[in-house]
Amino acid sequence: MRIQLTKRQPLPTWSRIAIPVGAIVTTLILAAIPILAAGGNLWKSYYALFYGALGTRFNILETFVKSSPLMFTGLAVAFAFRAKFWNIGAEGQLLAGAIVATWIGVYAVGVPSIILLPTIMIGGFLAGGSWAVVPALLKTRLKVDDVVSTLLLNFVMAHIMGALLFGPLQKPDASWPISEQIVEAARYPILLAKSRFHLGIPLAFLAVLVVWFINTKTVFGFRAKAVGVNIKAAHFGGINTTSVIIKTALISGGLAGLAGVGEVAAIQYHLLSDISPGYGYTGIVIAMLGNLHPVGVMFSAIFFSIINVGSQTMSRMTGVPSYISGVMEGMALIVMLVFLLMNEYKIRVVRK
Amino acid sequence: MRGITKRFLDTTANDHVDFELYPGEICALLGENGAGKTTLMNILFGYYSFDEGEILIDGKPALFASPRDAIALGIGMIHQHFTLVPTQSVLENIIIGVSESANPFLNLRAARERLLELQDRFGLHVDPDALVWTLSVGQQQKVEILKALYRNSKILIMDEPTAVLAPSETPELFRTLRMLADEGRAIIFISHKLYEVMEISNRVMVLRNGKVEGGRETRDTSTRELANMMVGREVLERIEQVETEPGDVVLRIDGLTAVSNKGLEAVKSLSMNVREREIVGVAGVSGNGQSELCEVLFGMRSPTSGTVTLSGKPMRLGVPGEAVKRGIARIPEDRIETGLLMDLSVEENLILENHAAPEYGGRGLVRKTAIAEHAEELINTYSIKTDGRTAAAKSLSGGNLQKIILARELSSDPKLVVASQPTRGLDIGAMEYIHGRIIEEKKRGAGVLLVSDDLDEVMNLSDRIIVLYEGRIMGEVRGADANREQIGLWMSGVQQ
Amino acid sequence: MINDIFSVTFIAGLIGATMRMATPIIFAMLGEVITERSGVLNLGIEGTMLMGAMTGFLVALNSGSLWLGVAAAAVVGMIMSLLMAVLAVYLGLSQHVSGLGITLFATGLAMFIYRLQFGSPTVPPTVVPFARISIPVLSSIPILGEGIFRQYSLTFFAWLLIPVVSIVLYKTKVGLKIRTVGENPFAADTVGVNVNLTRTLCLVTGGAFMGVGGAFLTLAHQNMFLLDVVGGRGWVAVAMVIFGNWDPVKGTIGALIFGLLDGLQLRLQNMGIQIPFDLFLMIPYLITIIALVGVSRKASVPAGLLKPYRREEKGG
Repeated sequence: MRIQLTKRQPLPTWSRIAIPVGAIVTTLILAAIPILAAGGNLWKSYYALFYGALGTRFNILETFVKSSPLMFTGLAVAFAFRAKFWNIGAEGQLLAGAIVATWIGVYAVGVPSIILLPTIMIGGFLAGGSWAVVPALLKTRLKVDDVVSTLLLNFVMAHIMGALLFGPLQKPDASWPISEQIVEAARYPILLAKSRFHLGIPLAFLAVLVVWFINTKTVFGFRAKAVGVNIKAAHFGGINTTSVIIKTALISGGLAGLAGVGEVAAIQYHLLSDISPGYGYTGIVIAMLGNLHPVGVMFSAIFFSIINVGSQTMSRMTGVPSYISGVMEGMALIVMLVFLLMNEYKIRVVRK
Repeated sequence: MRGITKRFLDTTANDHVDFELYPGEICALLGENGAGKTTLMNILFGYYSFDEGEILIDGKPALFASPRDAIALGIGMIHQHFTLVPTQSVLENIIIGVSESANPFLNLRAARERLLELQDRFGLHVDPDALVWTLSVGQQQKVEILKALYRNSKILIMDEPTAVLAPSETPELFRTLRMLADEGRAIIFISHKLYEVMEISNRVMVLRNGKVEGGRETRDTSTRELANMMVGREVLERIEQVETEPGDVVLRIDGLTAVSNKGLEAVKSLSMNVREREIVGVAGVSGNGQSELCEVLFGMRSPTSGTVTLSGKPMRLGVPGEAVKRGIARIPEDRIETGLLMDLSVEENLILENHAAPEYGGRGLVRKTAIAEHAEELINTYSIKTDGRTAAAKSLSGGNLQKIILARELSSDPKLVVASQPTRGLDIGAMEYIHGRIIEEKKRGAGVLLVSDDLDEVMNLSDRIIVLYEGRIMGEVRGADANREQIGLWMSGVQQ
Repeated sequence: MINDIFSVTFIAGLIGATMRMATPIIFAMLGEVITERSGVLNLGIEGTMLMGAMTGFLVALNSGSLWLGVAAAAVVGMIMSLLMAVLAVYLGLSQHVSGLGITLFATGLAMFIYRLQFGSPTVPPTVVPFARISIPVLSSIPILGEGIFRQYSLTFFAWLLIPVVSIVLYKTKVGLKIRTVGENPFAADTVGVNVNLTRTLCLVTGGAFMGVGGAFLTLAHQNMFLLDVVGGRGWVAVAMVIFGNWDPVKGTIGALIFGLLDGLQLRLQNMGIQIPFDLFLMIPYLITIIALVGVSRKASVPAGLLKPYRREEKGG
């Protein structure tokens, strides 16, 4: 008995939307299994999930709040993957951005917001970008595998952050690794009253637009696409592939860095070791689910945010552990991969 | 094999093929590229499944789920691309998968003895402990043959075995094959080279477009008849040559030395030139530096020394963009891997090299309409058969893919055309088109460097022929004066 | 203070800690070596170890038998890797992304099940962990004896596995098959080796090792399950495979270095020495990146790694 794959005629373009949507629906349906296993009532659970995410004004705004770091990391990963730069290091790049944002934010006393906010954003962007350029250089100059190098650098940055939080950045009288609070002027303003809806959210949507523009309208976007499709042919055609990969890494890392800036400047107001619950890794799932397209990433990020926020409510109302969101993340990725495969091949189980 | 039919996504590779094989004979399977020869043999070897038909071995029906079953029945195949692990030794490569005893441990000593015995018996000597990557191609082929013999193969399938050999190594291979046949084994010899088929085989089977065109006893037929069967009509033996006066030197190569991927010197202090309105053909067995030479001219490889001058001005080497800028039309050896972005559209492939030009990508922004017009024009001029400019390149046939490359490269009226194996893997129709185009370019005033391991092609098209052997020019002769034997000697390294 | 560091008790204790801390890495590394040698990069290792840790703990607690917990962990590890095999080998999906998907899924699943079983108690449940056993005579050797020969039985088992894996890989027919599948799957296929089955079996075996490695953390090293009990050790194991050039013995050296650094930083921390410990913990990752640079030049990477094997459906 074996699985036989035969290439099929490619499905028309509507499949590009149908596949992610189908994956999302399938994941929601499959979520019934752990829900039932946890003894939760199906309808009540789904209701709690969606109510918790979308039921009230506050909930909807909260969902948007939680979606902004996911959009940034999702865009970061999608942008990199498109050029076949396998950036698994969004988590570390996010931390780099958070560190720089904290540093500037803590010490820039007396600087007005109008200068300070752009400064921490640019600083965070460059920090994340630089942390991504390192493995990009290793890849282009020394042929080091980018998956492993970006992954390992996540841990290196986490330890750098740890060393800083136990050292120069540590709040003077604290025994935990946390930093001082950043100054008022460095905090993202809240845009809508009685919520946490902050500047970072429209920024995230702006980032979606910018990435879409780069990808479809610019010469650089064409080059990145060519490099991702066939780096040898792109090189043959005269494209400076090294430069393309490094610039891609810079932008990708920068986007992840902005996610980190957002967490510090809008949510926590200081740096702590748990600043990111794995947004960088979730970004990978989001990028794949969005088929590496910025608009797809946007919708995936919102979907995942719904799951994350809603699962908290679900856990309160039905006793199903909120960790179901992690389970659903993994399932969504796997389902998406299978669907992408089915787009290219007919799968048949053959008895022989 | 009776009525074998094999279908892929949109083609029928084998269409009700009948094939018979008798012990002690060498049967040639002849056909053009894409005729279905390798597919048929892959079915016999158990690598592919088939949709209709049956296979009988010694009169008994056989059903193969995998090569393991075929091997068990005594069938061995030596593929075009070797199935060896370069980092392992000859011995390890040969004994992989063989389990003669229940002992789970490798018994290298016994295996070595048996191997040396086989080597003596058939005169195929290779050091069992040598690592495969250190061996020459001819020696690697011997290892492949030993692999099949070690498994007591009674039927040996050889897929284009001489494609990678020098003319001097071929007689040795033929000797070995004849010895094996005389022993009672049966050999299937896949080839598209008529001369060899006439020399080595007892019987010939011709395939065309997946169907059996006919079978002949070799002694009863001729190359002309076989060629007709392969193609289905009278073959254009000689292409209409155009006499032109060569002009100024357009390409000058001086003392070029380049190193291959394995770190060995592939091109050794080569000097040559190409003039306007002239086709210079580079002949040679593949692997003698031609690829590396072309890669240097493409900008894909940096030489260790030497210079390349275009129309008097030196060219910066190692940067493909330079070649694009200087107006060299480049037709790469492996069009899919090196020259095309298969997942992108026809239009995007056509614009690959000049996407940054002001009219297509001025100020960093992509100009969709200009690009589209450009693509439509080229598709027309070059008769590229496609569903549209936005169709993905991977939906096109081999000949049309090559047309994309030609369109892209030739549309800017280049001064120099470097074509490496331009008709490899293409059917006769595409070949004729490309040959016609090359001669057009010569008429227009370009200089053409044609590198090909198809000697007929080189001899038919070139005004001047250069033969490469181990990175050096063995000899040079005018196209009109070229004689096959002489060139064959040069190709084998015989100085004359 | 320097005297303290070089005291006999300190060094003996450090050796013991090194052996102990290296154990889960050794299990995971051996599992990953077998898998990668056959051509599959299993990035699901971190999640698999966590599932192994949780399952081992759960079963041990409910059944009262630690060894049953270890067995259950092995089985769970095999299941996780089987899933990886379906995705990456049979369906031919990207190995990178499949593996990450499995880690995400397994991590979520482990925490979900644990929370389901135990809720959020103020005092987390514990088991009575494995006790260390002493090998007679050898454990009386000064300095080394205590550290090396008085260990958990699982640790001794890990050390036994190292030469077993080595011998199987280099000196048996199965090992040659595995290596050929990893280097040139086409070559293996034409000789009759079932490429996909070989890869799957390697994955599953590796998964069992990874599960046991995870169980060690909750049943011997500690006596409870915490969300971050694996703490990145799976990734360290992947790094150590590269560091060791895909050789089980050399990979062990890497695992020992990690164990040493881990043990050292803990001890120094307890002694109140003010060094940023994070810098210590960074070292294995930095060494690996440097090793990666060296490796990319050599041909030690199994050439067939990361490529799904499908019989090409071409005409011709």
